[in-house]
Amino acid sequence: MPIKSILKLEIERVSILDEHGNYDEKLGAGLIPDADLVKLYEAMSSCRYLDEVAFKLQRSGRMGTYPQNMGQEATSLAAAYVLNQDDWLVTCYRENCGLFWRGVPMEAILLHWMGDERGNAMPRPHFATPIAVPIGTQMLHATGLAWASKYRGEKQIACTFFGDGATSEGDFHEAANFAANLDIPVVFCCQNNFWAISVPGKIQCSAPTVAQRGIAYGMPCLQVDGNDIFACVYAVKEAAERARKESRPTFIEMVTYRLGDHTTADDARRYRDQAEVDVWKLRDPLLRTRKFMESKKLWNSSKEDAMRQRIEVEVNAAVARSEQIVAPEVSDVFNYTFAELPSDLAQQRDSMQTHSLASEATVRSEGH
Amino acid sequence: MANLNLVQAINLALIQEMEKDDRVLLLGEDVGVNGGVFRVTEGLHARFGARRVVDTPLAESGIIGTSIGLAMAGLRPIPEIQFDGFLGPAYDQICSHAARMRTRTRGAFTVPLTIRVPVGGGIHAPELHSDSPEAIYSHQPGLKVVMPSSPYDAKGLLISSIRDPDPVIFFEPKRVYRAFREEVPEDEYTIPIGKARVVCEGTELTIVSWGASVLQCMESIEKSSRSIELIDLRTIFPMDLEAIEASVRKTGRCVVVHEAPRTGGMGAEVAAQIMERCFLYLEAPVQRVTGFDTIMPYYKLELSYMPDANRISGAIEDVFSF
Repeated sequence: MPIKSILKLEIERVSILDEHGNYDEKLGAGLIPDADLVKLYEAMSSCRYLDEVAFKLQRSGRMGTYPQNMGQEATSLAAAYVLNQDDWLVTCYRENCGLFWRGVPMEAILLHWMGDERGNAMPRPHFATPIAVPIGTQMLHATGLAWASKYRGEKQIACTFFGDGATSEGDFHEAANFAANLDIPVVFCCQNNFWAISVPGKIQCSAPTVAQRGIAYGMPCLQVDGNDIFACVYAVKEAAERARKESRPTFIEMVTYRLGDHTTADDARRYRDQAEVDVWKLRDPLLRTRKFMESKKLWNSSKEDAMRQRIEVEVNAAVARSEQIVAPEVSDVFNYTFAELPSDLAQQRDSMQTHSLASEATVRSEGH
Repeated sequence: MANLNLVQAINLALIQEMEKDDRVLLLGEDVGVNGGVFRVTEGLHARFGARRVVDTPLAESGIIGTSIGLAMAGLRPIPEIQFDGFLGPAYDQICSHAARMRTRTRGAFTVPLTIRVPVGGGIHAPELHSDSPEAIYSHQPGLKVVMPSSPYDAKGLLISSIRDPDPVIFFEPKRVYRAFREEVPEDEYTIPIGKARVVCEGTELTIVSWGASVLQCMESIEKSSRSIELIDLRTIFPMDLEAIEASVRKTGRCVVVHEAPRTGGMGAEVAAQIMERCFLYLEAPVQRVTGFDTIMPYYKLELSYMPDANRISGAIEDVFSF
């Protein structure tokens, strides 16, 4: 009996607006109305400016460790743009742009990185989950959230974001397997930015694409140019429709690049070449969107200048608001451990308060 | 009233809560068609259907992680982890997310889930099917840890756990599953989480225990001529410290008995609390009778590992002869 091939697989890549300004009229037709494109560009620019400000805040000791989003703005923004407001957006920590589009206030994100849990108290109308620090764990929550929607017979879906490194974590595979086998409407968006801190993508995945990991779970998967807002919108739209109509998951690999360090505590020069970064700077999602808008007479340098001024005012106001928020009460350390505080914890809380009030008094009396 | 064993009592509690509240659903490995490897969920798949009794892929972290999402969306999932030793793969989801979500989001998101886990040795099971990890999860802030020792308590505690707004790990001692039957009301009732039960009253010594070890404590007490009070904690965290304090102030002596390893076990916490609260009332140091700081042995030696009535009696005599 001859050995025969029983399965042939292929991965499609979607690119609509490339780094050279080539635009696929057919795929792009009706995808993003001009007015929306301007707004999306402004959203990306605002997020980029926040990164600049946040970096300076961290360096001047006004904020803790912060992960810049620079270069990856288009991915989560496309998802937030496509999805309904009540679809769950389950992110990790490099999706500011999508969260802001959702309506999460900038000061919430700032507050979070300023070491204040209240920044994570995502108001329910935003249907966004808190920033997930442990890598690759939140895709299971997205699967559970979407499952709950299906359980209730609702049309709400979930879209989750994670990096290429996260696809090495077991939880990614368990989430994909649960979603595919139990018919759960989730869109898995992998931001492949080539670096998990200092570890390159080839150590996370030796297959030619990350996208093909979805094949193993029997779900549709594709790769898109993650710096192409059109391609990201195209892919998420298709996946969201599949989720809503068929209750089936999709895996999208969004190929992008982290232009900054992993966080402000990192120095990417230790492990990657500047030449590589320079190549990706030319592929910047902001740059190509702006050029495209200019070619369509939607944008010019005076609009850019006006926007920049507006953004600076907005971002600086958000920083001022977040810095004015006074630290939580000491008792807050305890007050959210359980709905109702057990008596022993209440005693611990009281002793902590007494102790910290006493130390404050000492500090005051010593004239510091 | 019905005469039920612990398996049947839990099954009844699940049925009643599922009938009452559509937000309650069960998920796990083999919990559906098969009714669970211990038959705790027997008949529930037929009764409630595959929507509410879900056979999942074989992945503990996936079971708990998706349950967290279900709970964040407002449902009341009851995931089952098939054996104590298989909690390990789910540890990250339990401790990094379920336990922290309320604090992390200042109450914007909560995780009301009840993780059911058969626990402990004594049933001739293979490796990793006989462990007692309650201290690990009691040490993690944000979790409640419950372990009943009787059918009556199991039903009332499970209903309280399901209704609790925070994550609960509900340990079911395998050795008690079919050890005995007792009268269990068919009507619903709850037993508050965090409240111990005085199994029998006494004046000379207090034994604090929980789970299957309570049965060995009773055996030892029956053989003893001393007046011994037995406290079954029922909830390991938050612990009913008031009950322990009241009893030890009365008796002046205490032995703590648990199956889990000794070092860093919850017996150490009981002893420390007694030191802080009852030092001047003590006639003798608190003694612990526990599993050993070893890997739980395979079943040929498991009875030597677990506290039995003789070891407990020995500790009682040590306390009295101090």
